[in-house]
Amino acid sequence: MVVAESKPQPKVKKKAVPIPKQPPEVRKHNFNEVALGYTEEQALEEASRCLQCPQPQCVKGCPVEIDIPAFIKLLREGKYEEGIKKIKEKNSLPAICGRVCPQEEQCQKYCVLGKVGDPVSIGRLERFLADWERARGFTIPERAPPTGKKVAIIGAGPAGLTAAADLAKLGHEVVIFEALHLPGGVLVYGIPEFRLPKSIVQAEVDYIRKLGVELKLGYLIGRTYTIPELLKERGFDAVFIGTGAGLPQFLGVPGENLGGIYSANEFLIRVNLMKSYAFPEYDTPIRIGKHVVVIGGGNVAMDSARSALRLGAEQVCIVYRRSREEMPARKEEIENAEEEGIICKFLAAPTRFIGDEKGWVKQMECIQMELGPPDESGRRRPVPVKGSEFLMDTDTVIIAIGRTPNPIIQRTTEGLAVTKWGTIVADENGKTSLEGVYAGGDIVTGEATVISAMGAGKRAARAIHEYLMSKK
Amino acid sequence: MYEILRTEELAPKIKLFEVYAPEIAEKAKPGQFIIVIINEKGERVPLTIAGYDAEKGSITFVFNEVGKTTKQLGLLKEGDSIWNITGPLGNPSEIRNFGKVLCVAGGVMIAPMLLQVRALREAGNTVVTVMGARIKELLFFKDEMKALSHRLYVATDDGSEGYKGLNFLKDVLAEEKFDRCVAMGPVSMLQKVCELTRPYKVPTVVTLMPIMVDGMGMCGVCRVNVGGQMKFGCVDGPEFDGHLVDFDQLIKRQRMFLPEERLSALLWELGGCGCGGK
Ligand SMILES: Cc1cc2nc3c(=O)[nH]c(=O)nc-3n(C[C@H](O)[C@H](O)[C@H](O)COP(=O)(O)OP(=O)(O)OC[C@H]3O[C@@H](n4cnc5c(N)ncnc54)[C@H](O)[C@@H]3O)c2cc1C
Ligand SMILES: Cc1cc2nc3c(=O)[nH]c(=O)nc-3n(C[C@H](O)[C@H](O)[C@H](O)COP(=O)(O)OP(=O)(O)OC[C@H]3O[C@@H](n4cnc5c(N)ncnc54)[C@H](O)[C@@H]3O)c2cc1C
Ligand code: SF4
Ligand code: SF4
Ligand code: FES
Repeated sequence: MVVAESKPQPKVKKKAVPIPKQPPEVRKHNFNEVALGYTEEQALEEASRCLQCPQPQCVKGCPVEIDIPAFIKLLREGKYEEGIKKIKEKNSLPAICGRVCPQEEQCQKYCVLGKVGDPVSIGRLERFLADWERARGFTIPERAPPTGKKVAIIGAGPAGLTAAADLAKLGHEVVIFEALHLPGGVLVYGIPEFRLPKSIVQAEVDYIRKLGVELKLGYLIGRTYTIPELLKERGFDAVFIGTGAGLPQFLGVPGENLGGIYSANEFLIRVNLMKSYAFPEYDTPIRIGKHVVVIGGGNVAMDSARSALRLGAEQVCIVYRRSREEMPARKEEIENAEEEGIICKFLAAPTRFIGDEKGWVKQMECIQMELGPPDESGRRRPVPVKGSEFLMDTDTVIIAIGRTPNPIIQRTTEGLAVTKWGTIVADENGKTSLEGVYAGGDIVTGEATVISAMGAGKRAARAIHEYLMSKK
Repeated sequence: MYEILRTEELAPKIKLFEVYAPEIAEKAKPGQFIIVIINEKGERVPLTIAGYDAEKGSITFVFNEVGKTTKQLGLLKEGDSIWNITGPLGNPSEIRNFGKVLCVAGGVMIAPMLLQVRALREAGNTVVTVMGARIKELLFFKDEMKALSHRLYVATDDGSEGYKGLNFLKDVLAEEKFDRCVAMGPVSMLQKVCELTRPYKVPTVVTLMPIMVDGMGMCGVCRVNVGGQMKFGCVDGPEFDGHLVDFDQLIKRQRMFLPEERLSALLWELGGCGCGGK
């Protein structure tokens, strides 16, 4: 094993440099970023922990295979510019990934230091370099000479933005069609400001604009134009679909249409995209009661719960049908939420909602669960305990139990192969059943991660480039 | 940015805007709607398309000045611009030769109904139209509607013009057989129309206007109960089988943000800009 080479070094620093954060008491009252980022000294200190493994395990965990030891080495030597360039060879949105990648499941999970102590804080170092670069202004890379080919990108989420940037650099004319009035996909409408400041997404989008990409906002493809129209009538040579998984799921229990019951998407769209936390300065209202219940156990549930707290809820309780171990949310975010005072109620699921005379929710009936044998997902299946129903008082419920693919493209594109889950069928390069039509991100995989959507956008861009250049 | 080409006051607090939006104009069909955002801080307001001219590249819509956004919109003039318009959204109306169609339109929705009446007429239908408003001053497009319909009835809530209320329709429905009824207007009116047509089993299509945010199927705030199933007003509608709609629930859901809407309008009227003096 190669690790042996580094073992004799006596000065392995087991503890990671903690990232400065806003204290819980303060941050639960504002929407500013929770984690403040490393200072230069802290970044250098943390970078010094990396063992520069000759066969780095960390790289295997990164879906876009960033050369992690190489960028850390450059950081260590103070060569920040080269360091960020190294990252950008593989990842065009490092300021975002450094913040929201589930690093503990990806790069950092495989870091050898994890065996003896904390793994290297790769994400935080990535963020440091990206923030450093943003502070001094982006340099726009050279574009290849125009190829005369035109590509339509549908959806301005991480998958679409990445594909657009790569295709523009290769000299193609790129137009992004985004249905909402702001670009960014989940990065703007889903993930809250306190985890990912919108100014960062804006900066990345500006960078993509500077590459010459045209952004058309307020264009719902399937309605304004269909894909066949883009290809046959609008002069596009290829299309990339990155429309994400934005269709909210409901529980299907009685009382779900009462007032005060939001899908997480509605709640987060109001708060993030429409900025209703600044109502009435911004026009879109939101109503938060005293006792907020969030149903679900993923990142979306955490984001909803923590947003509700910041909007002034007295008590926020997350109700999850399995136990803590099965919670799919990032560990760091569960800890953050609990520090802020959010309560988790495990092994319970709602069975109905009870409303007042005005049609507003006032109580939720739940049933107790116990864990049975593992199901297809490998997690232990929750089984209701007979007769264990109980009531909880609540005036605001946020349902965060998952999202399925946006269906409009699939319904309006004849010949496009779709799975029974509504995702678009595509190979690893994003090629779909239609010529010249590629897809990637959540619309292909179902709900996944920012970095995997970007990876898909990158691979599709390469495949589209090959396709266009091979076509007469 | 979408330039306003023409504005017209059709009745007190009811305005028509014609806006330059060539891509929407080219695609729009009767029954569809747009989402308008006045400025960066604005909310997303759904409005029904009341006309389109692909050659001129324009669309028209008619709105009631009821709350902050529509009042703000009403202050804009020819030559001003609207920050963003998305559309066309929603499913187009089903237009074909049904035979004899009863069209009932109330209030501001008289405008998009005109579009619908024209299309139904062109498809070969016999069209009997009812247009109603609270008071006679709020009626508009009477001549246009008369010209396009085989027969036109007028009704007002207070009886200041035409019939008082919609009860007269009982007799009309008892006498004639209709193959379809299309209704657009306030929920209370839609509910009434459905009650009236139900005994005669006239298939009745209503345009619902639940609260919307994105208007493209992502938030679910527009959910309505239709025949016991959850439907999204924006992508499954906006038109539904009126005899299956749970109107009581719809009414409650439409009122969800009433206190906030009032606050917003009040602050805006007091402060002029809605930013609360910031
Ligand atoms: C609240 C929340 C928190 C999350 N937290 C994390 C996290 O911490 N870490 C992480 O890695 N992942 C997280 N995720 C998941 C991650 O955001 C997604 O996997 C990722 O954004 C998928 O990218 P995408 O480009 O495929 O789609 P999206 O980001 O969903 O973007 C799709 C875009 O396409 C647009 N669109 C849809 N249909 C059309 C159409 N017909 N025409 C035009 N445009 C259309 C949409 O408006 C949207 O802007 C989170 C998701 C949510 C909802
Ligand atoms: C598919 C669809 C099509 C529509 N078409 C038109 C149209 O062609 N012309 C038009 O004038 N209006 C139309 N509406 C209603 C319009 O969107 C609302 O009147 C508008 O949102 C009011 O915004 P505001 O900020 O001015 O008022 P707000 O402050 O939001 O509301 C003021 C008052 O209007 C009521 N209201 C708000 N939203 C709705 C709604 N969706 N339906 C009924 N009442 C509502 C509120 O309860 C309140 O009493 C349509 C709505 C939908 C969903
Ligand atoms: S992109 Fe994500 S997984 Fe890859 S190195 Fe950065 S933080 Fe780790
Ligand atoms: S980050 Fe960890 S695995 Fe990667 S090179 Fe450094 S010490 Fe080795
Ligand atoms: S308005 Fe959001 S889903 Fe219909």
